[in-house]
Amino acid sequence: MATNIGTSVPRREARAKVTGRARYVDDVVFPGMIHGITLRSTCARGRIQAIHFGEGIPWDEITVVTAKDIAHNVVALINDDQPALAAGFINHPEEPVVLLAHADRALLEKARAAVRIEVEPLPAVLTIEDALAKRTVVWGEDNVFKEYWIRKGDVDAALAQKDVLVFEGEYATGAQEQLYIEPNGMIAEVKANGGITVWGSMQCPYYIQKALMKLFDVPAEKARVVQMETGGGFGGKEEYPSILAVHAALLARKSGRPVKIIYDRAEDMAATTKRHPSRTLHRTAVTREGRLVALDIDFVVDGGAYSTLSQVVLSRGCIHAAGPYDVDHIRIRARAVATNAPPHGAFRGFGAPQSLFALERHLDVIARQLGVAPEEMRRRNFIRQGQTLATGQVVRDDVEMSAMLDRALLASDWKARRARFAEENARGGPVRRGMGLATFLHGTGFTGSGEKHLASIVGAEGMADGRVRVLAASTEIGQGTSTIFAQIAADALGVGYDDVEVATPDTRDVPNSGPTVASRTCTIVGKLVEQAAASIKAQLLADGALTEPYDAPQLRAACARFVRELGPLRATAEYRQPSGMSWDDATFRGDAYGAYSWAVYVAQVAVDATTYEARCEEFWALQEVGKVIHPLLAAGQIEGGVAQGIGWTLFENVVWKDGRMSNDRMTDYIVPTSADIPPMHVLFEEQPYSGGPAGAKGIGELPMDGPGPAILNAIHDATGISLARLPATPEVIFAAMERARG
Amino acid sequence: MRRLLDVLREDLALTGTKEGCGEGECGACAVLIDGQLVDSCLVPVAQVRGCEVTTIEGMADGDSLAVIQQAFIDHGGAQCGICTPGMILAARELLDRVSQPGEADIREALAGNICRCTGYTRIFESVLKAIELERRQVSGSAGAWSKPGASRAR
Amino acid sequence: MRGDLGDFELVTARTLAEACDRVAEGYKPLAGGTDVMVLLSSGKLAHPKWVDISGVGELRQVRADEGTFEMGALTTYTGVRRHPLLSRELPMLAQAASETGGIAIQNRGTLGGNIGNASPAADSPPALLAYGAEVVLVSRRGERTVPYATFHTAYKCTVAAPDELVARILVPRGDPGRVHYYRKVGPRRAQAISKVCFAACADRDGARVRDVKIALGGVAPVPVRALEAERAIVAGEPVERVSEALGRAIAPIDDVRSNAAYRRRVADNLLRDFLRHVAHPS
Repeated sequence: MATNIGTSVPRREARAKVTGRARYVDDVVFPGMIHGITLRSTCARGRIQAIHFGEGIPWDEITVVTAKDIAHNVVALINDDQPALAAGFINHPEEPVVLLAHADRALLEKARAAVRIEVEPLPAVLTIEDALAKRTVVWGEDNVFKEYWIRKGDVDAALAQKDVLVFEGEYATGAQEQLYIEPNGMIAEVKANGGITVWGSMQCPYYIQKALMKLFDVPAEKARVVQMETGGGFGGKEEYPSILAVHAALLARKSGRPVKIIYDRAEDMAATTKRHPSRTLHRTAVTREGRLVALDIDFVVDGGAYSTLSQVVLSRGCIHAAGPYDVDHIRIRARAVATNAPPHGAFRGFGAPQSLFALERHLDVIARQLGVAPEEMRRRNFIRQGQTLATGQVVRDDVEMSAMLDRALLASDWKARRARFAEENARGGPVRRGMGLATFLHGTGFTGSGEKHLASIVGAEGMADGRVRVLAASTEIGQGTSTIFAQIAADALGVGYDDVEVATPDTRDVPNSGPTVASRTCTIVGKLVEQAAASIKAQLLADGALTEPYDAPQLRAACARFVRELGPLRATAEYRQPSGMSWDDATFRGDAYGAYSWAVYVAQVAVDATTYEARCEEFWALQEVGKVIHPLLAAGQIEGGVAQGIGWTLFENVVWKDGRMSNDRMTDYIVPTSADIPPMHVLFEEQPYSGGPAGAKGIGELPMDGPGPAILNAIHDATGISLARLPATPEVIFAAMERARG
Repeated sequence: MRRLLDVLREDLALTGTKEGCGEGECGACAVLIDGQLVDSCLVPVAQVRGCEVTTIEGMADGDSLAVIQQAFIDHGGAQCGICTPGMILAARELLDRVSQPGEADIREALAGNICRCTGYTRIFESVLKAIELERRQVSGSAGAWSKPGASRAR
Repeated sequence: MRGDLGDFELVTARTLAEACDRVAEGYKPLAGGTDVMVLLSSGKLAHPKWVDISGVGELRQVRADEGTFEMGALTTYTGVRRHPLLSRELPMLAQAASETGGIAIQNRGTLGGNIGNASPAADSPPALLAYGAEVVLVSRRGERTVPYATFHTAYKCTVAAPDELVARILVPRGDPGRVHYYRKVGPRRAQAISKVCFAACADRDGARVRDVKIALGGVAPVPVRALEAERAIVAGEPVERVSEALGRAIAPIDDVRSNAAYRRRVADNLLRDFLRHVAHPS
């Protein structure tokens, strides 16, 4: 009796948001609370000689924390190479060195300005090229955080075949700032018994708990993490908040007061994580007709100063590097390198937008050289059910990319528009128009054995009023987690949407359902929600409290009576890897993801020859996603992701100066306004995936993969200018046009 | 020279108005002063003496949401919600200023409010629907509904 | 919020005379706050003493007589856009106003603040230059009127003496048949600081340009008039000569927003587009 899934029920917390009653971390004040701020290094790399606390500041009133105050000075993540506060060395120009707390924020600013860190500068590495050159080694033996190889077939033999043409290309993408409109913030309180609680803006409460446990050497019961309403994340609040949480807790412990740290926009932009810059080399063998014979790919991402999540970004990036195509010979060499930039981190897409950009741009370049239409180039190579991806994974979906391509071309009036634009462009005039496309896939959930290691758990419990509460650590950050969990649970129970409550992610109350990342929340965790809710229903039926068929009021009554008379009504569901899935971490072979969503994106772009601005005028996003749980939310995810993709492609340029983001304010880091975003057409197709609730696959990150290459392909179509880097700002387009004129 | 934004949030505990950038770029701090949209992070509180300041808390009439608020709920205009208060006030000002706004008017009116979640599409939809609903109310049969007068913060 | 409020003093002036007294005492004028408050928030506001002049009614008035528009320094961008005569007869100024920030900024930002702040990338100055504006400066010592073309002397410096306030901006009302061309080139469609801003106003006798003023922002330390290029156009010189003349009038730089080569080329493209437009205004 599925009545909630597939309908656009009101967003769970919408009323609070439209009335201004939703409580974000900076809206909350605790009694006795004081403020904290962070003093950071200014040079990219060096040895700390001394820290001088200047005159004219009442230092005895101010809580001061440095590395000396920390026994286990590490921010736990994967490799534990990042200190919470710099001890002897500085490795990037925003590295936190000193924490200060006081009730008076103005005094804190003055105090911060009065601290001087004496640093003996050391040579820094600031680009991927410098990192690979290894003249200066800033991490490990060779500046390489991680290296993976993916091999299929025999690439060298294929490249040497007589009847193939070989095309090379180099592609690059820049850093991107997540720019959630709510900056990072955290409040921490440490009790006399050492119990720590933090409240704040976050995506992953259990990541923060792990960091607190490690640094403070306390058990889980003494490290409580509570998510507050979070104003956007996009990955920027996946791992970074652990640093902020340990900072706030350090100040809270030392001062004995609750401490709130809120980053202002400049600090948030310059000091926190950004999308990994990338550089991809392609060497590709094709037949004259455009059939791909071999893909030889060298993919590198810049991880910044510490390893953080770079190896996972790398893994998703390299697995997606060969796209949705059937290719017999593939070799992907993937490396994450260290530089002295502030560490780069999770940002929606997580490596795939970078590698897919390179591939989809490269295929268009090849198509043009061969005289094959770009859509035909894709069509001749689409993978189908039963064929294998780069890691050897057999495609189980009955995916018909060719039919999807046809529908996208029809929806965008591709042929007619291209013909019309070709004619209009030929007549001269200041504006040139073109159409471009990208075809791609995006894996749902953690890569390979990741979900198995996460071993996510979701709980459900009956409430005294007869409603059922879902217990999960997955956070609502705008994407609709609370809403879809309520829909899924309600359908599994056979009750109404309002009969289900979704608990606030508080580590005291909810089990670890894993991080809110990797397009996993709906599919992986949602499936567990479905199972836990079904288990509650099963218990009521087994107990005889309920008999089928029943209606919602009957289940509520049975649940209320059970809780009143028999005690707790609880269920848990734990992730089990779908049977038949296997993955080898050492060889990077096997089933990388349980499911893939598939997409064809089309962009219409106008390039103004007077100002060199490229403007996306219209956009079509067609994707196959298993099952649309909530049409409005799903469309909202695609539209928002496409907008971020357009931003990354045309507007968002991080200007680096000595390893630091010099355009660290919203005036100078340009994200699209409502005046810049084109009309978008979102089309969904559904081929249910048995591992997802009602068949749903992930969609959160997918929309980041398409806009970059689709838009640059459209610019190529409009102007004949082939760009190989993002962002394609007007300055870049101008320079390319000048080079073309030669 | 204390910012109106800080007086609202700290002294009056009206935390619906948000700080997103402190530079007048994002619009999350937008309020209405005598019906005009402004970024409250740029307004010294001394300058609002004798003025009527409307914040998001003043949009609903008790438990009864304003048409524009309900439209945002019904049409997906809010995702993470942090830009929503400012966005709703910008939309309110548009509806008060222009009698039959089209999509171009909406794009312009909201261009000072940055949203990172929605791509603006659902926001436009919400505003268009609110325009339609308000027009029907004004020209409609029983005058049972009235335009949200809103209690004001002084 | 990085500024320390304790470092600052804000007083209020209710009349122009009071404002002049305060400015003479070393207070700087604060009106819409769209520049000053950004500096305060980022902890970069250097000057400590401010006088709020936003309540000085006589600075808000817009008057039009037969030959001249008189806009009080406190005229906001919204005020310009909504004034039926200004928006009709000075379309470049109205366009500049509509492309400054967004609605919230336009409701507060003032013309006097804009020219007093003297950013070379501001949007209104090129329009005012191209319309041949004059600036009335006022102090305890009296009033004086200067051509706006001489107002900006160096980066962020003006001819205003330390005790002077911008009181009014005068713009001559022109021939209804004149050609207006204004284009702001920024990084996005709204809420943008311009990279290049081009404004030109031409009077024609049939096909011949009798008089033209061309002004640019974002390509020099101050908003500039391209005087040599203007003369070349009136003299009927070929496009390439005009273009070269324009090139000599500007000195664009590389900065966090753009680069010199781009600015130079775009300025030239806009000039050529203007020349085409002036030959066939539609």
